[in-house]
Amino acid sequence: MLAYARLRNAGSKAATFAVIAGFATFAAFPFAWMLITSFKETTDLLDPTHNPFVFHKPPTLEHIRVLLFETQFPRFALNTLFVGGMVVLITLILAIPAGYSLAKLTGPIGEKLGIAIFFTYLVPSTILFIPMSRIVSGLGLQDSLWSLVLVYPSFTVPFSTWLLMGFFKVIPRDLEEAALIDGLSRFGAFLKVVIPVSIAGILTVVIFTLTLVMQEFVYALTFISPSSKFTISVGVPTVLVRGDVYFWGSLMAGCFIASVPIAILYNFFVDRFIAGFTVGSVKG
Amino acid sequence: MTTEARRATLAGRRTWRNRFADDETWLGRLMLAPAVVYIVALVGFPFVLALFYSVSNATVGTTGLRFVGLENFRQALDNPTFLRALRNTFIFALISQALVLVCATALALALQKEFRGKWFVRLLILLPWVAPISLGTIGWLWIFEPIYSVINWTLRSIGLFGPNTWPIWLGQPRLAMASVITVHVWRLLPLATIILLGGLSSIPQDIHDAAAIDGASFWRHHFQITVPLIRPILLVALMFGLIFAVTDMIVIYVLTRGGPYDQTQVLATLAFFTGIDGGDLAGGAAIALFLFPVLAATAVALLRLARRSEVV
Repeated sequence: MLAYARLRNAGSKAATFAVIAGFATFAAFPFAWMLITSFKETTDLLDPTHNPFVFHKPPTLEHIRVLLFETQFPRFALNTLFVGGMVVLITLILAIPAGYSLAKLTGPIGEKLGIAIFFTYLVPSTILFIPMSRIVSGLGLQDSLWSLVLVYPSFTVPFSTWLLMGFFKVIPRDLEEAALIDGLSRFGAFLKVVIPVSIAGILTVVIFTLTLVMQEFVYALTFISPSSKFTISVGVPTVLVRGDVYFWGSLMAGCFIASVPIAILYNFFVDRFIAGFTVGSVKG
Repeated sequence: MTTEARRATLAGRRTWRNRFADDETWLGRLMLAPAVVYIVALVGFPFVLALFYSVSNATVGTTGLRFVGLENFRQALDNPTFLRALRNTFIFALISQALVLVCATALALALQKEFRGKWFVRLLILLPWVAPISLGTIGWLWIFEPIYSVINWTLRSIGLFGPNTWPIWLGQPRLAMASVITVHVWRLLPLATIILLGGLSSIPQDIHDAAAIDGASFWRHHFQITVPLIRPILLVALMFGLIFAVTDMIVIYVLTRGGPYDQTQVLATLAFFTGIDGGDLAGGAAIALFLFPVLAATAVALLRLARRSEVV
């Protein structure tokens, strides 16, 4: 009986290990493949008789040199940073007060309004990009990075407001009341007491907004045609893939550099982010 | 200015400031208004504009619009490519999300256990969700490459493929569809897994202990006790997965451009090729709007689910 239990235990452990190893490989393989490809000589990559898992020639930095000095990749990165920075700014200015208002000032209707705002996050760019392209050209922002700065908050603000609402809700009322007794106005208490204790929430919103800006593809593809104004997510798949000639080495290096670092950063915040998706549907 | 007048303006300013800075109702409205205005202007207004375009004859070149009723929708329904795109949208979303639910449940149950290096495994599993989709999809484009596909090379070298088998993953309709579904599963699996992990951790330990004492087997424990308990959260994961899969345009755009011969076209890509590349704004808007009923239904289901589980 004991032997049987031990055997079953070992079996379940092995099954657990197999499941985890299998899915981790599936998830990470494309990124590992990018990394390997980035350092391989082109003649080594493009020889069908070569085992693709092995370096037949010594690793090379040539693809990364080409990516950084002979393509527009650095320009794409700068464009993305610029748009990301501006969108973070606008998102914080709009979402922090709105989240606080919904959590503490609007009473019972705040919860419903919060859900309504969250749902606008789910209205996809796929439905909106056609009218959006007319609005952008009507404002004279076509082919300008400012079009993205204007439009991206339309999806970062709803989710961020919702996330921040959750954060502000758990701030104890006593803290604000103490500030009011000390002579601060309601708004003063928000600025000087609530915001400083909510830095973790605000940081989550910053990271979240940056990843959304990195990810966005449809609007950037629709609004902007000169390649010098592309962001990374559009520039890499369109400009670096030139006709039928694929520069796989540089292409993979670009994909890896632009995706893995932000993924590692995001990993620290992911639990808060997921909590935002499931608030209200689970009682923890 | 006299002292008296200055005192009066100061007092006036103070009451004005107090009115907004201390009155919770007004302050609440004032702090919420900018965000609401932004969302109405950049989600609400374009949405109404989309409805309006879909019943007009708008094109990129013209400025005057004419009302054409449901003409655009009728034309779409007469177009075999549109019908194929409509079908593909559902096929891709439903198959990929069915696979995601099964895989995510297995993976979340496995990840519940504590082990060394768990944070690293979690990081690896999350990568596809966090990395920009367009870049992850290029990784797959290289994996599915017609001549140098690593999948083909591996399967041939372990003997699963004979010397004459060398599938062109993105070039044959069936295989291209399978490839698209694979990439959807790959990128949405992390989200579902993490949502389920949250649900699993909210089950009280007592329930697991009771099941262990009663001698429930592994399968019985998981599929008759754990899974029913996390059913609401399983549905939440499914809804978000469906929304993201149905509305996605990036995977198809980067991987196949709807090819071969429009066999992998979906509503999102077809709307783009018609409305932006083809300049037929009205036609594109009408195609994209076919997504709306699906989204609305999903959102309503999600709301009801949220309300119901809060009562429980």
